[in-house]
Amino acid sequence: MSLLKLKDLVKSYGSVQALKGLTLNVPEGCLYGLLGPNGAGKSTTLRIISTLLAPDSGQVMVSGTDALLDPLSVRRQLGYVAQEVAIDKILTGKELLQLQGDLYHLNRKQRDLRIAELTTRLDMKNWIDRRCGSYSGGMRRRLDLASGLLHQPKLLVLDEPTVGLDIESRSVIWSLLRELQEKGTTILLSSHYLEEVEALSDQIAIIDGGKVIAEGTPNQLKKRLGGDRVTLRVREFSDEDESLAVRELLQSIDGVSEVVINRSQGFSLNLLIDDVSILPQLRNHLEKAEFEIFALSQSRPSLDDVYLQATGKTLMDAELEIAGKRDVKLESKKAMR
Amino acid sequence: MSSFDITSTTQPLGRSYLSEITQETLALTKRLFLQLFRRPSTLIAGLLQPLIWLLLFGALFSNAPDDLMPGGISYGRFLGAGVIVFTAFSGALNAGLPVMFDREFGFLNRLLVAPLRSRSSIVFASIIYITVISFLQSFAIMATASFLGYGTPGLGGFVLVLATLLLLVFAVTALSLGLAFALPGHIELIAVIFVANLPLLFASTALAPISFMPTWLGWLAALNPLTFAIEPIRAAYSGSLDLGTVLLHAPYGDMTGYGCLRVLLVLTFGLFLLIRPLLNRKLA
Repeated sequence: MSLLKLKDLVKSYGSVQALKGLTLNVPEGCLYGLLGPNGAGKSTTLRIISTLLAPDSGQVMVSGTDALLDPLSVRRQLGYVAQEVAIDKILTGKELLQLQGDLYHLNRKQRDLRIAELTTRLDMKNWIDRRCGSYSGGMRRRLDLASGLLHQPKLLVLDEPTVGLDIESRSVIWSLLRELQEKGTTILLSSHYLEEVEALSDQIAIIDGGKVIAEGTPNQLKKRLGGDRVTLRVREFSDEDESLAVRELLQSIDGVSEVVINRSQGFSLNLLIDDVSILPQLRNHLEKAEFEIFALSQSRPSLDDVYLQATGKTLMDAELEIAGKRDVKLESKKAMR
Repeated sequence: MSSFDITSTTQPLGRSYLSEITQETLALTKRLFLQLFRRPSTLIAGLLQPLIWLLLFGALFSNAPDDLMPGGISYGRFLGAGVIVFTAFSGALNAGLPVMFDREFGFLNRLLVAPLRSRSSIVFASIIYITVISFLQSFAIMATASFLGYGTPGLGGFVLVLATLLLLVFAVTALSLGLAFALPGHIELIAVIFVANLPLLFASTALAPISFMPTWLGWLAALNPLTFAIEPIRAAYSGSLDLGTVLLHAPYGDMTGYGCLRVLLVLTFGLFLLIRPLLNRKLA
């Protein structure tokens, strides 16, 4: 059963269309990863789920409640940890959690018990009584996560929870998320860290250009690619004409199902092969056509391969491409209430 | 690793609307006061500034003829009401700044994601905070005015002072919160506060009666909301608590104490009604 259902979400900021009919179903008790480059529409999706933003059209259902018609009920069931940690630097961590508890209408006993529990669990005892202004990024993120969990939400929404964090904080957060997942909390997590999404998520949706372009478990997505990946470079720095010629040659070989040119990696070629046994044959073909082999590596498919296969570019390329087009100032202005 | 169950404690109990909105409002108000006590420079400056006004401006005209001011009161006594009102006005005009910073730094989103029973609690907290600060400042001014020999209002006068300030503070806080949501950032809000503050002081009866002013300025002063707050408080200081008497000889006609308070009341409700759609939209 799906705890969260998003249907045909559309959202524009001026002339920029952030979501173009995004549809997603998050099963109850699942740790669901949203993978995509910055600017793909992940944060906009999460802000809509958390009722901070209204979509131009579409539907958001949380545990059977329409978030657009009854946002208050949805807010009660939801914990939201935003990408930008918004804390009051003057308050101590404990005071911030007390404020949060009061805003969620916990009685004092419940509130203080939860604060004590989360302080211990997130290893915040040594600094929870210090003012937030003195916290490092990792401390802030842990505090933010504690405030999202204070009222024991059914659905925890995390926007890039470990971006820029130290290893210790990342490890604490990963461990807590796994524990929450085991105990049945539904978690929706956005990230552009492949290893994070792969390590934590039961299911993944890859978002590109405001739409879900692939969905499933990490293994399903990788299996859909159908075989092993081979990365081939005929020269250290090839060019487009040469890579196109090599691609044409490779596509004619039986057992090679997909060939994608990776422009950002010196026009290397990423190909999908049915079996490693065709590698000698592949070498022969290249030699006959008088192409040298500068490098050839074979690997099991990764999520980056899934992304590359689905979009024709690596996640890093997509990040760079979008980074050049984004107007962060405009976006933050539009996000301001 | 601890052994407790992080998802085990009970969910919030269902409570009444009033109880929940009180809890929200008190929590948000507490936050504003914690900020104030941990950054006391704003409080100290807010207390010192009106006292300096009172001391310096009072001294400026201390040798003026006794019958210069209407009713023959001393300039210090005349000035006291103006300083009280101006201080409350300045404080309330700044009410939008914390909200603006919360907007800019994303803290407002934290509040809006929470299941607040009414988002008006954000507005209520600001109003309570500014009202308490304004009253503290006013008590300090009244105590200093008394110490300088500018007199004190009686008990009835004291209640009138508080009631008048309450109306003014509500109205100006509403305006400031409206601006905090309407303007794009704190620079713009500070600019508006900067531009509005002193001109409104000088174009009121805080420092001089209308009879001292040229006609055009007299008109401005007679339309200025600060004047409608200053005159009842000045009446409280003069010992006369008869709000039916004429307190303001405006170019458009005479205004009684009741008339002044009615204008403030209409202004307060009018401003709240005016900003309501904006707040509803921004806090929806």
